[in-house]
Amino acid sequence: MPAIPLAKAPQPSQTNPAQIRNFCIIAHIDHGKSTLADRMLGITEVVEQRNMRAQYLDRMDIERERGITIKSQAVRLPWRSGIDGNEYILNMIDTPGHVDFTYEVSRSLAACEGAVLLVDCAQGIEAQTLANLYLAMENNLTIIPVLNKIDLPAAQPEKFAEELAKLIGCQPEDCLRVSGKTGAGVEELLDQIVKQIPAPVGDPDAPARALIFDSVYDSYRGVVTYVRVVDGHLSTRDQIQMFSTGVRHEMLEVGVISPEPVASKGLGVGEVGYLITGVKDVRQSRVGDTVTNYQRPTDKALSGYKDPRPMVFSGLFPLDGAEYPMLREALDKLQLNDAALVFEPENSAALGFGFRCGFLGLLHMEIVRERLEREAGLALISTAPNVVYRVTDDSGKELIVTNPSEFPDGKIMKVEEPIVRATVLAPSEFIGAIMELCQQRRGTLLGMDYLSEDRVEIRYTLPLAEIVFDFFDQLKSRTRGYASLDYEPIGEAEGDLVKVDILLQSEKVDAFSAIVHREKAYSYGVMMTTKLRELIPRQQFEIPIQAAIGSRIIARESIRAIRKDVLAKCYGGDISRKRKLLEKQKEGKKRMKMVGRVEVPQEAFIAALTTDDEKSKEAKK
Amino acid sequence: MATAVDPSALSFYIHIPYCVKRCGYCDFNTYTPAELKVESSLNEISHGYIDLMLREIDQARQTSQATHVPTIFFGGGTPSLMEPSDLGRVIQAISEKFGLTTDCEITLEANPDTLTKERLQGYREVGINRLSIGMQSAVPHVLAVLDRTHNPENIGKVVQWAREVGFEEISLDLIYGTPGETIEDWRATIGSALSLDISHISAYALIVEQGTKLAAQVKRGEVTIPDDDETAEKYLIADEAFTQAGMNWYELSNWSKDGSHSRHNMAYWVGSNWWGVGPGAHSHIDGRRWWNVKHPTAYRERLEKDASPMQEQELLTPDEIARERIMLLMRIPQGLHTRDFSPEQIAILDGYLASGDLDAQSWRAGSLTLTRKGRLIADRIVRDLVL
Repeated sequence: MPAIPLAKAPQPSQTNPAQIRNFCIIAHIDHGKSTLADRMLGITEVVEQRNMRAQYLDRMDIERERGITIKSQAVRLPWRSGIDGNEYILNMIDTPGHVDFTYEVSRSLAACEGAVLLVDCAQGIEAQTLANLYLAMENNLTIIPVLNKIDLPAAQPEKFAEELAKLIGCQPEDCLRVSGKTGAGVEELLDQIVKQIPAPVGDPDAPARALIFDSVYDSYRGVVTYVRVVDGHLSTRDQIQMFSTGVRHEMLEVGVISPEPVASKGLGVGEVGYLITGVKDVRQSRVGDTVTNYQRPTDKALSGYKDPRPMVFSGLFPLDGAEYPMLREALDKLQLNDAALVFEPENSAALGFGFRCGFLGLLHMEIVRERLEREAGLALISTAPNVVYRVTDDSGKELIVTNPSEFPDGKIMKVEEPIVRATVLAPSEFIGAIMELCQQRRGTLLGMDYLSEDRVEIRYTLPLAEIVFDFFDQLKSRTRGYASLDYEPIGEAEGDLVKVDILLQSEKVDAFSAIVHREKAYSYGVMMTTKLRELIPRQQFEIPIQAAIGSRIIARESIRAIRKDVLAKCYGGDISRKRKLLEKQKEGKKRMKMVGRVEVPQEAFIAALTTDDEKSKEAKK
Repeated sequence: MATAVDPSALSFYIHIPYCVKRCGYCDFNTYTPAELKVESSLNEISHGYIDLMLREIDQARQTSQATHVPTIFFGGGTPSLMEPSDLGRVIQAISEKFGLTTDCEITLEANPDTLTKERLQGYREVGINRLSIGMQSAVPHVLAVLDRTHNPENIGKVVQWAREVGFEEISLDLIYGTPGETIEDWRATIGSALSLDISHISAYALIVEQGTKLAAQVKRGEVTIPDDDETAEKYLIADEAFTQAGMNWYELSNWSKDGSHSRHNMAYWVGSNWWGVGPGAHSHIDGRRWWNVKHPTAYRERLEKDASPMQEQELLTPDEIARERIMLLMRIPQGLHTRDFSPEQIAILDGYLASGDLDAQSWRAGSLTLTRKGRLIADRIVRDLVL
């Protein structure tokens, strides 16, 4: 058996770098990464059969349910090579699989010398995988192409082997074929990892330098920081220092994950493990930063550190205003574990007190919202997401706008918005549909390549705002779910953008204001006024609903005054029922928000802030 | 019109839970022979049923402190399916056990299909002095949607017979807002009703109740409920026509000539005490409400054991009593007074005064009367006041 009992395996801090292999797995959601990882844990016997569970490494419920990894981990796997018979230590570094977390992915990749490119051989490579593959290639990682799910009846390994070969410049027969589900080919894959991926190289005598590729808040132990040692040595008795901030920390514990945390004396060159310093907030232990020794610090940080920058903003409001303090507490708690999440209090006339929150992207936003609802039990309304605008007014003063309500009313010289480079992979039959969508969304075609006979890669520059507004749903529906999307910010560009306000009885409803392209202002106005006319119940007076750019009305609707609100019959047997109905309506009344004199049911806000696509998705179910 | 409550008076509602056929819009607690799955004729069933009700009236006597009965109301179902002699036994029992006031109002709800002059004569003879006739509409296609079987021309005949046998208080029940009913149809119905020698009209906007045949037809898209604005228009048309004919509103859906209002129904709205006899019937005595088991078979089983047929009761809290008061008295002109309200409530009502929903003259004199327009949003005003 090529597995090595843990006690007999090379021990942390005493492992020769030549025996170490650091690798990650690049894969799309659903392509079987977690199943393969589970299989590796089983084959190397670091997890006993009876303790095994599906998606062993994914900790959060949301991760397990959605089958995606949000926070990465690193597992130390002892393995005796079936090729040369020698003992090795494989460090498997799990990477987040989504576009919002590109930066975290890039740091995970920087901690490795090689990557397993895992592709479902019934589906082929997806855009995000391709983006991460390019990232890995930029980091000079050795790529091992692997086709997964060869046990599936719909598998087309030949076809996708060609595609992979073309992408990474190897021969189709170099692609390994495995099944995470049955275990077929997994031992061979472990042997190939040993054989093909270079051992880490570093100077054991230099001042310590370790790359933080993840940091996780644990309510018992504080922040657990995951590092890859590049040079020197980290040990329990050291005091360490964060390079970016210069802050000193005591080292309380050092260890490796196997796959439960195991304390060790230290970590040497090439090793991957964790540090505990007693810090309580992940922002003090940031992904990408360099850890060094306080007494003997390095003067040269590892390259590539960036502050996480929120790209998408949305207001989060508790349905029940009394839950505002709970929302703050829950956000504070989330932030301990999410350095990319930013928020500040926001007071909306329509929705009351809440928070303006900044996210890395749409998925990040969804995950945060879901965790707030699930873990803190909060019921929330979120406003439509928007990007960050740089507005220059007449006087040349520059203003950063993360909330449409901050958009200046006066004369504006220019508005700049973030632009992304988007990559879409899809079967070639959808080229027309994809190009049509990208053109509608103010896209500029950058280029197009055939990955294989019938699959293309289409590249566009697009305003991020267009992607934030239901682009992905549209793309999926126009390509019957076959297209995949990836994007990366590439800068800012000037756009002809205006703020559209929605007015109820001449009162501005801040939650519905939006910054949109001038050409789309009218359709936004019509959509919102029509929606609201349907959603707001009739009241005693007529309610004009208007959409306006500044003081210019661009669309209008009106809700006629109610004329009848009475039940005709009320006799002896009706009285109890009617009184109980009245008591029930009391609850409904609580859920009304007042906009001026107009009562707006909370459901109307929620429905109006929900994009049409979500509705049509519902309809399709 | 007296709205004061006399604690020594007890009204009786007598529920007759039988119909020959169920109408499409009806969700009342009533049963057809087919629904009861019995072989015997309705006549035999109902005769035995009266005996059970007499037992409940015995129970009422043992519980209640009342000294007199000012009103009795036979509702249903179709009480006019019952033989006059059977209803007479009920009136007799109440009279013996409680004593009727000299002007006791005894009403019978009547389906025109079931009536002949002789039968009307019989009802008159056992003491019934008020008729409430289910006319609903004068327009055949409207009656068809409602599933009513009577020939609209019969209504005139029935009213005339009733007059001839000595009924002085005759009311017609009308329904508006039926699918397919036009404004002109409704005007025709009003005209037809007002051409008859009557003293009272009840006019109800149709409510599509869940679980009825009509609700299913609406759901399937076979018929369309007219929109609320049109129904509101019909209310205004009716109110104007009835007022002109000398019948004034004394409750949202009820109009009468002076002195001809239903004293029994008033008892519900002002919070008097009443005992509902029969399956599913509701009762109210001094802030306690209860209702009987719903099915005639369950009712029978209870009374055969001399047990109370009550299914559930509620003791109203002072808050609930206050809410009910506003909910009910809002429906009556001058039912509520400025002294009934808190300053916050007065402020809300001042708003309705400004929007023309409250009658200014009455409000200045210290009582609350809804205008025509205000009556159409009475429930909204109640919600504003009590929520």
